[in-house]
Amino acid sequence: MPKIPLASWIESLVDWMGTYLAGLFDTIAFIIQKVVGFFNYVFMLPHPYLFILILAVLAWFLGRLPLTLFTAIGFLVIDNLGYWSQTMSTLSLVITSALISVLLGVPLGILTAYSKTASRILIPILDFMQTMPAFVYLLPAVTFFSLGVVPGVIASVIFAIPPTIRLTRLGIMQVSGELTEAADAFGSTSAQKLFKVQLPLALPTLMAGINQTIMLSLSMVVIASMIGAQGIGAEVYRAVTQLQIGKGFEAGLAVVILAIVLDRFTQNIFKSKKRGA
Amino acid sequence: MAILQVKQVSKLFGPHAEQGLELLEQGFSKARLAKEKNITVGVNRVSFDIQQGEIFVIMGLSGSGKSTLVRLLNRLIEPTSGEILIHGKDLRKMNKEQLREVRRKKISMVFQKFALFPHRTVIDNVEYGLEIQKVDKKLRRDKAMTALELVGLKGWEDKMPHELSGGMQQRVGLARALANDPEILLMDEAFSALDPLIRRDMQDELIELQDKMKKTIVFITHDLDEALRIGDRIALMKDGAVVQIGTPEEILTQPANDYVERFVEDVDLSKVLTAAHVMRRPETITPDRGPRVALELMRERGISNLFVIDRTKKMLGVITAEDASDAMRNNRKLEDILVTDGPKVGPDTLLNELFEITSLSKVPLAVVDDNGRLLGVIVRGAVLGALAGESKSEEVKQDA
Repeated sequence: MPKIPLASWIESLVDWMGTYLAGLFDTIAFIIQKVVGFFNYVFMLPHPYLFILILAVLAWFLGRLPLTLFTAIGFLVIDNLGYWSQTMSTLSLVITSALISVLLGVPLGILTAYSKTASRILIPILDFMQTMPAFVYLLPAVTFFSLGVVPGVIASVIFAIPPTIRLTRLGIMQVSGELTEAADAFGSTSAQKLFKVQLPLALPTLMAGINQTIMLSLSMVVIASMIGAQGIGAEVYRAVTQLQIGKGFEAGLAVVILAIVLDRFTQNIFKSKKRGA
Repeated sequence: MAILQVKQVSKLFGPHAEQGLELLEQGFSKARLAKEKNITVGVNRVSFDIQQGEIFVIMGLSGSGKSTLVRLLNRLIEPTSGEILIHGKDLRKMNKEQLREVRRKKISMVFQKFALFPHRTVIDNVEYGLEIQKVDKKLRRDKAMTALELVGLKGWEDKMPHELSGGMQQRVGLARALANDPEILLMDEAFSALDPLIRRDMQDELIELQDKMKKTIVFITHDLDEALRIGDRIALMKDGAVVQIGTPEEILTQPANDYVERFVEDVDLSKVLTAAHVMRRPETITPDRGPRVALELMRERGISNLFVIDRTKKMLGVITAEDASDAMRNNRKLEDILVTDGPKVGPDTLLNELFEITSLSKVPLAVVDDNGRLLGVIVRGAVLGALAGESKSEEVKQDA
């Protein structure tokens, strides 16, 4: 029995898309480039100390003393080790891909919660996306968007979007039938039911999804650096390829600090939202 | 005219529900449909009219289809067949917008587990129905406050639902339903999740509220006592069909079949039957007659006392045979021997309250209306007799 030419099929599909959808990809690339650039510009605008001060104040409001201390000391260490600008470009990349993931993922999550057909189609795709080795996304991303930060963002979004979709869906489906029934019984339109009852109640679960998405896209930055995305990941990658253990540890530490701060910040934003509700 | 008419309404669940309808007409049983065709009969050809201002109780055990039925009334569940007319307009023929309008303006619902929105404050919950109608902010707040006051929760408006006890939460549920000022209230086992004592209070309050507001209430319950306490009429359901519709008294005293009879056999009749049920036609005399006439009347009827009434049937008092013969000998008038402080009760007094009064009184109990007119009398034996009527029917059934 001859081998199924799966690999060549995929290649011709990618070729076809590269030829005929080039305009679309160019537009997407342009937008992503601009967004990442914008964030990077904003983050680099203030002096590192001023930026650290702003983060510390934010941390104070979100998590009180321990988080404030950790944030301040952590970022001072990053600055001291000389990874400030790389960390900021990584932060821009992570925030951009998280933003895209949320903008796409939340509506998709709502869609799968409402439509059985949509969830039958989308859920297997999500499983596929999450279990496929992340490196594999790099190839089509490079094919369509060449090298640099844009394919990095695209690969991160593909890798990181599933939790947002899944947990948005879960959050909406967890809203008790009695409550949606009550919303219906009082004559809500579908939109009113969604925005006044289902989404507010799904919020804690949805936020957990967004938190996961942010963490996943951060974990993608080292991989994305293989296709030329600049930032702290690139430093790690370079250290690894050149067997520089010390530098590798420094850069890795910067990733860890950024990860912990992002995680605590997002978690606490959601907690304080819950308290306020 | 009836505000809500339900005509031959059915709800069947399953892949071939339409076909099931025909089979039902051919006399298939619910069990057979479930077994052979995989069709579940939720509601089976139910018809009734609900009058403006009445509390109509739909009662049945779990699985009898009562919760499905109430959801057909506002089309939270789509009926398989039949007509549901609100003010003569068929709910099933309405499009989405018309249906929404009915739900917003005409029918509100109160839920078994309250179904309050946990992320909204009490007042925001009560406002919900008005908010989605885009009622002006200040106006809807005023209306919501009025509704909240009506259920006795003024001062709690800024709390979250979980900070309230079960009874209070259901008051919020009730206020939310009332804020829309609907004509019809659907209450789905509204008090079933509450403690018995609180449930009692809520029932009383509902009746009080109803006196003030004159809504039409469709009340679902599995609790016979509750049905008897608050229902003007009761529809008893079994296997998706209505077995009997009637006033509480009719259900108790004239059960339509064995099922209803078994259902009501444990009911404490003394808490349901009233003075009006056991009173007899009074033997009366007007005060312008003399004691001799009175005595003659008593001897004729074989009784030992007479009620004295004026020409408007207003009760003046009672005379005993003993006093009357005294008066005849001493040549006194009827007025002089009139006992005016004898026991009197209203027609709605429950039987269990009558026991003590009749046992302490030498003369029969007078049943008078609000204007003091004599409606009837209750002799001691009548109370026991009414209760014995129930035990007798029980004996008969045991023999059979």
